[in-house]
Amino acid sequence: MSLLIFEQPILLLQASIDGILIGVLFALIAYGMALQWGVMNIINIAQGELVIMGGYVAYFMYVIGIHPAFGVIVAPIVMYFVGVGLYKLVINKVVDRDLFISILATFGISILTQQLMNFVFGADVVVAQSNFGTTMLFDNSVTLPNSKIFSALVSVIVAIVLVIYMKKSKLGRAIRATAQNSRAAKILGVDTEKVYAATFGINAALCGVAGACIAITFTLHPYVGLPYTVRSFMIVILAGLGNLPGVALSGMGLGIFEEFADYLLGTEFRIGAVFLLLVLILVYRRFKLSRKREYLK
Amino acid sequence: MKKNNNLMIGIIAIVAIAVVYFVTRPGDSETANTKDTIVLGAAVSLTGKYSTNGKHTQNGYNLAVERINGMGGVKVDGKSYKFDIIYYDDESNSGRAAQLAERLIKQDKVQYLLGPYSSGLTKAIAPVTEENKIPMVEANGASRSLFTKGYKYLFAVLSSANLYLDVAIDLAVEKNGGPVNIAMAFEQDAFSQDVRLGIVEAAERTGSTIIIDDKLPKELNDMAATLSKVKATSPDVLVVSGHSKGALTAIRQIAEMQVDVKMLAMTHCDASKLAKQHGRKAEFALCAAQWHKELTYSDEFFGNGIKFDKDFTDKFGYAPPYQAAESAAALLVFKDAFERANSLDREKVRDALVGTDMETFYGKIKFGEGGQNTAKPMVLFQVRCDNPDGSCANRLVAPTKWASHELIHPIPPWVMREH
Repeated sequence: MSLLIFEQPILLLQASIDGILIGVLFALIAYGMALQWGVMNIINIAQGELVIMGGYVAYFMYVIGIHPAFGVIVAPIVMYFVGVGLYKLVINKVVDRDLFISILATFGISILTQQLMNFVFGADVVVAQSNFGTTMLFDNSVTLPNSKIFSALVSVIVAIVLVIYMKKSKLGRAIRATAQNSRAAKILGVDTEKVYAATFGINAALCGVAGACIAITFTLHPYVGLPYTVRSFMIVILAGLGNLPGVALSGMGLGIFEEFADYLLGTEFRIGAVFLLLVLILVYRRFKLSRKREYLK
Repeated sequence: MKKNNNLMIGIIAIVAIAVVYFVTRPGDSETANTKDTIVLGAAVSLTGKYSTNGKHTQNGYNLAVERINGMGGVKVDGKSYKFDIIYYDDESNSGRAAQLAERLIKQDKVQYLLGPYSSGLTKAIAPVTEENKIPMVEANGASRSLFTKGYKYLFAVLSSANLYLDVAIDLAVEKNGGPVNIAMAFEQDAFSQDVRLGIVEAAERTGSTIIIDDKLPKELNDMAATLSKVKATSPDVLVVSGHSKGALTAIRQIAEMQVDVKMLAMTHCDASKLAKQHGRKAEFALCAAQWHKELTYSDEFFGNGIKFDKDFTDKFGYAPPYQAAESAAALLVFKDAFERANSLDREKVRDALVGTDMETFYGKIKFGEGGQNTAKPMVLFQVRCDNPDGSCANRLVAPTKWASHELIHPIPPWVMREH
């Protein structure tokens, strides 16, 4: 079975494109995580729950008769306010604390939002239908769901807009200044409290966009947030903080790697393979760092 | 003086606690049963990820209790008893379920238990009931491993998980006129892997070949790679099982990737509301179920499946999924066992349960060696969009004795389907 991909080389293309399309979506979630990790030094365990919540916003629109694809506009607006609300309620109390405290706090948020979503939307697995159809390439041998292409395009556009916003706008500059040195930024008149709230809000908004895309490409359930948290965490670790092109690249790279692991090792090993890769990369990094230290001596 | 006061308060408090303890503590020989009720205990998932199906289970239990009590109750030794159920919410958590089973047995002194929802939770509770020698009739744990441990107090009204889809393979072989090529994608959990075992056995039995055998990680919500493989190898049958998430993901991606197979067999079409959520995309999917309302079994309490469906819908406002039907059947089994044992003694009730051989609206019930129901076949339905308004529904296609519709085989290719 493992050689199927070589017997039918067209699968190489299918796997690569599938990997990229998913990877881009994951990269968007990871970008949000990298942003608030870099600025606020908080590892957000509730990242996946924010994604799913965004998905439910799109699903809710679908239920009341609006096309769920508009969720990519509505969900981030809703989620921005959810994010700012969460910051004011919980995150502002842990932002200068130990990393461990923030993990505990966001873990709490994650459990709470899961139960809340379960209460509001029920424990059924749901999908929102986009009816976007399919793109066929090479005489029907490579099939690409248009919903995945749509999600990937939206993710790329949102990421580009955000990069420009970070570079050009006042708030963007304030966020970057705070990330570099929050005390210095404060001294120079940046209201860091506001910056933190906005950063967490932007992160939640990004999750909202990704969630809306997931509602039309995959499935929603109150308890499926964790894989998104773990995946974005991995992408950020791989890319390093504050390295936006790195986030995009490692997102796509992991996506492709996972697809190929599926074909070569078997479906049951695809997630294991990704984690193995992560371990190897971390070990390699450590090895490289220790060599550097020796050199400094 | 002050010291004395504290001492007095302390003594009074201890005495008060002791009094309260001894007054409220049920005696060791006591049971939860009162002079005219038989009390059953159940931990069901009212919150957490199984809460939807937990609710179906509870509604099924409640409807049956109401019906049995309304029709004269349980007659034991010339006396009429009513059923009552003590419920606890197990939060969809197996650790909690086991704790609650202990609590039902040790604190509430319940002598008989009804099962929770899901194989996982039933597995957590079974050792507790076994240790305490408490008979449990369960209706929602189908995993084969429940029936291979030699449990003596566990009785399941459902067929074990390995029997879910092997009928589909037989059907495919019959339609194909010879062995078939099978592609399978199963989630890595106890239930789905049991279903897989059934398929593997059916493949061996029929001389069929398994050409794809993917085990989907639990966290996975993308089946694109598996489906690409299916597309490249065009098997005769594609079998998918991964709870509601697996069913919904599979249909979504099969439609999007326009994967053509002659037969698509799945589980959890009912629970995931496949026909409603995916409409025409789900058409022709073949689904395994423990029960369907059109089966012509009958009993004196609910009449038949159609009547049960109506009564349930009137009371709870939605049509009963098979989880509710099998749960209701569990109560009928208990009633029958109490009356045959003609005693409330749990050992006698347990022995009576072993000898169960009855027909209910849900199907025939007779327990095998391991406690699973061996008298009832699984049914297969096919999602068909032939309602006048174009909506889709589950139509019974196998076993042929009850089939209301003929199986459409092979599934028409996507280019010819409107979706």
